[in-house]
Amino acid sequence: MSISRFSSILKLSFLSVVLAFTSNVSADPVKAAFVYIGPTGDHGWTFAHDEGVKYAKEKLGDDVIMTTIENVAENSDSERVITSLARKNDIVFTTSFGYMNPTVKVAKRYPDVKFEHATGYMLEDNLSVYSARFYEGRHVIGKIAGRMTKSNVIGYIASFPIPEVIRGINSAFLAAKSVNPDVQIKVVWVYTWYDPGKEADAANALIAQGADVLMQHTDSTAAMSVAEEKGIYAFGQASNMREWGPNAQLTGIINDWGPYYADRIAAVRDGTWTSSDTFAGVQQGMVKFAPMNNNMPTEVKNEAMQTIIDLSMGKVHPFTGPINKQDGSPWLAEGETPPNFPDLLTMDFYVEGIDSKYPN
Amino acid sequence: MNESLFISIIIGITIASTPLIFAAIGELLVERSGVLNLGVEGMMIVGALLGFIVQFHTGSPYLAVLAALLGGMAISSIFAFLTQFLLTNQVATGLALTLFGLGLSAFAGRGYTEETIVLIKAIHIPFLSDIPVIGPLIFSLNPLVYLALVMVYLVWWFLYKTKQGLILRSIGDNHDAAHAIGHNVVRYRFMAILFGGAMAGLGGAFLSLVQVPIWGEDMTAGRGWIALGLVVFASWLPFRIILGAILFGGITVLQLHAQGFDIRISAQYLSMLPYLATIIILVSLRIRLKNKTNRTVPNCLGRIFHSTS
Repeated sequence: MSISRFSSILKLSFLSVVLAFTSNVSADPVKAAFVYIGPTGDHGWTFAHDEGVKYAKEKLGDDVIMTTIENVAENSDSERVITSLARKNDIVFTTSFGYMNPTVKVAKRYPDVKFEHATGYMLEDNLSVYSARFYEGRHVIGKIAGRMTKSNVIGYIASFPIPEVIRGINSAFLAAKSVNPDVQIKVVWVYTWYDPGKEADAANALIAQGADVLMQHTDSTAAMSVAEEKGIYAFGQASNMREWGPNAQLTGIINDWGPYYADRIAAVRDGTWTSSDTFAGVQQGMVKFAPMNNNMPTEVKNEAMQTIIDLSMGKVHPFTGPINKQDGSPWLAEGETPPNFPDLLTMDFYVEGIDSKYPN
Repeated sequence: MNESLFISIIIGITIASTPLIFAAIGELLVERSGVLNLGVEGMMIVGALLGFIVQFHTGSPYLAVLAALLGGMAISSIFAFLTQFLLTNQVATGLALTLFGLGLSAFAGRGYTEETIVLIKAIHIPFLSDIPVIGPLIFSLNPLVYLALVMVYLVWWFLYKTKQGLILRSIGDNHDAAHAIGHNVVRYRFMAILFGGAMAGLGGAFLSLVQVPIWGEDMTAGRGWIALGLVVFASWLPFRIILGAILFGGITVLQLHAQGFDIRISAQYLSMLPYLATIIILVSLRIRLKNKTNRTVPNCLGRIFHSTS
């Protein structure tokens, strides 16, 4: 941790030197900075954000100067990184849940700078939050997994017990259960976003315990390559991981941040930026899918496509009552769907039917 | 618990432990010569990258392993040169080596994050590998796992059964005395550091050649630091490295399996255990040192040797 922290400081100081030389080139470009939790080469979460940054840069051209810092650990050090970025930029995007408190702190200290925090829920006058309804993606892959599993065990590699991850597990389970009443979901927490070795260990452990379809909420492609090697199925996470699992990847949930980043930075340029709370999904195009693999039966593929269409038209909600919590207490009544806050954004329980115990 | 699950747990543990065995046995020899190299993580990640690159371009596991060995050795030679000839502080130089290795590999490996390779597969010996339970557990492991065990044996043999091993240990214990009776302290230490680099490189390559067929920045994820702790855990005794690696690596794998079975032990407590054990061992070493019953801690560990003649 300390190493990535140190290297991020090195990168930061290097970039600020570069910025000092480049900032005078065009008239008055917007300076936008992004804080990443992992390396852009993870081909998962951070990669997807970086693709979004590239998209926005291409769209806005000379109107924006981008600064990105990789591998910023979610500890007290992130506050220092965010602070030094706030000093030199007009808008700062912090792209991981764990940056929430430091972002709020720094936002209060720099009222003239705009901040955007991904996947959190704390707003300020100069701090927006934005997140994608990944659980809608999980709804689609949950249905596919429920149809494709022969052992009726879906393996789930989870990172940290935060609302976003819990939503994904619940959504995938409910969808799988809706097409396959016997299905179970085995959740293994690895307590890291990025450690290819440990993610592979977790994948192997789940396979040994009977899982024949894997889902992951971690950032590397390790689990996908294990699935390919063992001849089972898996789903790409945050980006298309087909390269590592040409047979294993049934489809993948793709995070498309590009248009959002371009809009928000353009708003700063035009002086129209206001603090907002964005929670967009399949309908708005923030959640997309990798191509469906031809090795799954046509009915399964068609069902998945139909689900995507229904989601994009807002016809279905992955959490539609009646749904009870794991302990049997009622959560949603017949036909009821949950509000964003607090139910979805602070979710801290499993739904009824999941066998795994909720992590403490 | 059924048989195949038991076997895959054990195999999982060997896979998680082997990178630690390689890195720690190399560092053990280095520390026995009186040098503390904190650059293990940096040397591992360079080995992981070079092994991956060579496997990607040539498809030859032998060349890939060789490249990892040489890569680790090459980067450790920087440390050896700085600490042995320019007499720089070992702690600072080692930390710098780690940072350098992480940064260099991230930079040089940018073009390889989108690639995948053919993994080095476990061996299969006809007849022997087919014996139930024992076959898969003893006769069909990955060739690099066997190599790791052989290296532990060789290091033990070198340290305790050869004249050079005795000299190396004496240099680690008292470099001035060893120098006075005519041994070349710098040469021994230089060679030991290169060996440590080679082993760390191999340990890193195990991750990218056996465990996952991908290259990712920072993919060693702190294993170099665990290896350093492991040397202390082993009280600088070679065979205890195996025990320690199984404990450190095994806990990771076991807690993943425990979660699947819904055995409720907090993952954080489990991950803490090996470090707790290391602290306890450090304390007991201290006590034994006081009573002068311990002979395994190299007295000159981390001290700069400056030849006066």
